[in-house]
Amino acid sequence: MYHKTKPYKVFTVFNYTFLILLSLLCIIPLIHILAVSFSGKAAANANLVGLFPVEFTFDAYAKTLANENFIRSLWVAVQRTVLGTLLSMIVVILAAYPLSRENRSFKRRNIYTWYFVFTMLFSGGLIPFYILIQKLNLLNTMWVLILPGAVSVWNMILLLNFFRNVPRELEEAAFIDGAGYFRTLISVFLPVSMPAIATLSLFSMVGHWNAWFDGLIFLTDHEKYPLATFLQTIIVQQDFSKVSVRPEDLENISQRTIKAAQIFIGMAPILIVYPLLQRFFVKGIVLGAVKE
Amino acid sequence: MLLPAVVLTFIFAYIPMGGLVIAFQDYKPWLGFAKSSWIGLEHFQFLFSMPENVQVIWNTLIIAGMKLIGGLIAPLVFALLLNEVRKETFKKSIQTFVYLPHFLSWVILGGILLDMLATKGMINQFLGAVFGLEPIFFLGEGTWFRIVVVTSDIWKEFGFGAIIFLASLAGINPSLYEAAEVDGANRWQQTWSITIPALIPIMIVVGTLSLGNILNGGFDQIFNLYNPLVYDKGDIIDTFVYRVGLIDGKFGFSAAVGLFKSVVGFVLIVIAYRAAYKFANYRIF
Repeated sequence: MYHKTKPYKVFTVFNYTFLILLSLLCIIPLIHILAVSFSGKAAANANLVGLFPVEFTFDAYAKTLANENFIRSLWVAVQRTVLGTLLSMIVVILAAYPLSRENRSFKRRNIYTWYFVFTMLFSGGLIPFYILIQKLNLLNTMWVLILPGAVSVWNMILLLNFFRNVPRELEEAAFIDGAGYFRTLISVFLPVSMPAIATLSLFSMVGHWNAWFDGLIFLTDHEKYPLATFLQTIIVQQDFSKVSVRPEDLENISQRTIKAAQIFIGMAPILIVYPLLQRFFVKGIVLGAVKE
Repeated sequence: MLLPAVVLTFIFAYIPMGGLVIAFQDYKPWLGFAKSSWIGLEHFQFLFSMPENVQVIWNTLIIAGMKLIGGLIAPLVFALLLNEVRKETFKKSIQTFVYLPHFLSWVILGGILLDMLATKGMINQFLGAVFGLEPIFFLGEGTWFRIVVVTSDIWKEFGFGAIIFLASLAGINPSLYEAAEVDGANRWQQTWSITIPALIPIMIVVGTLSLGNILNGGFDQIFNLYNPLVYDKGDIIDTFVYRVGLIDGKFGFSAAVGLFKSVVGFVLIVIAYRAAYKFANYRIF
C-alpha cells in the first residue's frame, strides 16, 4: 500500500538517483585512470583529461609492454598467484577435512582448532617475523611469498563449516565401499563443495595478485619483484633506484600516461575474475541463508 | 592430513612469537637471541616517554576510531536504501559497481588517488570549477590527510560491508511488514519499528568485532598514501614499527611496540567476542 503514496514515490525517485550517483562514485576513478592511459602525453600532463581520452593513442601501453622490468614482474606475479593459490588450497583442504569431523571421532579436534585460531588473535609481529625469514634463508626466494600465508585460518574455518553440512551418510557409504579418508575427501567431499572451493580459490588468487608488502621487504633483488611490488615502488613511492633504468628510460617511467597504463594493467586480472567471483559469493550467501 | 598445516603454522606463526623476547633485549643481530643483553622494560618506558611515540598511538586510535564509526554507519544506510529498491536487475547492477573497489589493492588505489588528489589533479580541478576553491593540499597536510584516509577507506569498503546487512534484511519475516501495513504504518514507521530493531543484533556484532581492531589503522592504505610531511598526524603503530624497525634497524624497540599492540589487540578481541556472545548471542564457530 505504501508503494502508492506520494511521499514514497518522491523518496523512490531520490533513492534511485542517489544510488546511481553512489555507484558512479565507485567507478569514476577507474574510468578516469583508463582515460588518462589512452590519452596523449601533452594532454595528460596539462590535466585536460576527465572521463574520456584526449588525443587517443595506444602509446602508453606500447611503451609499458616494451619495458622488460614490467614484463618480468608481471610473470613473477602470475607464477606467484598460481603456485600460491594451489599450495594454499591443498593445505587448507587437507586441514579442513579432519577438523570438520565430530568430537567423538576426532578427540583432539578442539585443541587443533584453537592451535590455528590463536594465530588469528595474536602474532609475533613484523620484526620477529622478519628475523625468522632471514634465519631460514628465505630472503629473495619465491617461497617467502608463498609459504607463510599458505595456512589461511579464515578460509579453513569457512571450508570446515561447509564440509560439516555435507550429509554424513555420504561419507559412511564411501567407507562401506572400502574408501579410506583420502579417497573419501577426494571423491565425496571435494565434488560437493565446489562452490565453496571456487570462492576460496578466487579470494586467494585476488590476495596473491594484490600482495606487495612481502615482496618489498623480503626481496632485495629487484628483478624478483612481483607486479604489485613493482607498481608500489614505481608509482606510489616513485623510487626509481630499485629498477635498473637507463637515464633515457627515466622519462618514460615517470610519464603520467604510462603510470596510468601500468595501474590499469595491474588491475585488469581482477576486473576479469571479478564477475566470476561475484556470481559465486552471492550464491554462497544464498546457500548460507537457506541452511537448516 | 593436518600435518602440513600444523608444521607451517608452527614455523611461521609460533616461532615468531618466541622471537618477541627481543622486546626485552638490547638485540644485536650479530649476537643473536642468546647473547644479546637483557634490558627489561626499557623499550616500553621509552615508548611512553617520548611525545612523538605517544602521538603515534593517538593517531592510530583516532584514525581507526573514525573508520570504525564510518565503516558501521555507511554500509548500514546503504543497505537500507538498497533494500527499498524493487527492481532486481537495478539492484544487482548497483551491487556489482559498489563491491568492486573492495577487490582492488591499496597499491592500485593509492596510485589512482595520488594522481586524482594532486594539486592540479581531477578533484581539485572539479572543486575549483564548481565551488571556486583554491587547490587543497590533500596529501601534504595532516588534517586533510586523515580525512582522505578515512573517507577513501569508507569509499572502498562500504559496498562489501553492506553484504552482511543485506543478508540479515533478507531474513526478516515478511509477515511482520504485512501486519504493520494492515495497521496503517507507512514505510518510514515500518523501517523504524521493524527493520532497525531486527538489525540491532548484527550491528552489535559488527561493531564489537571491529572494536577488537582499534589498534589497526590500516597499514596498506597509510603506507601507500603518506609521505614525510604528514608523519606527525598520519603515522600509525604499524607504519611506525616498519620505519623504525626495518628502515632504522631498531629491532628491539620496534618489537616492543609490536608486542604492545598485539597484547592490547588480543585483550580487546577477547572482550569483543565475549560481548558479542553476551549481547547478540554470536559465536564464530
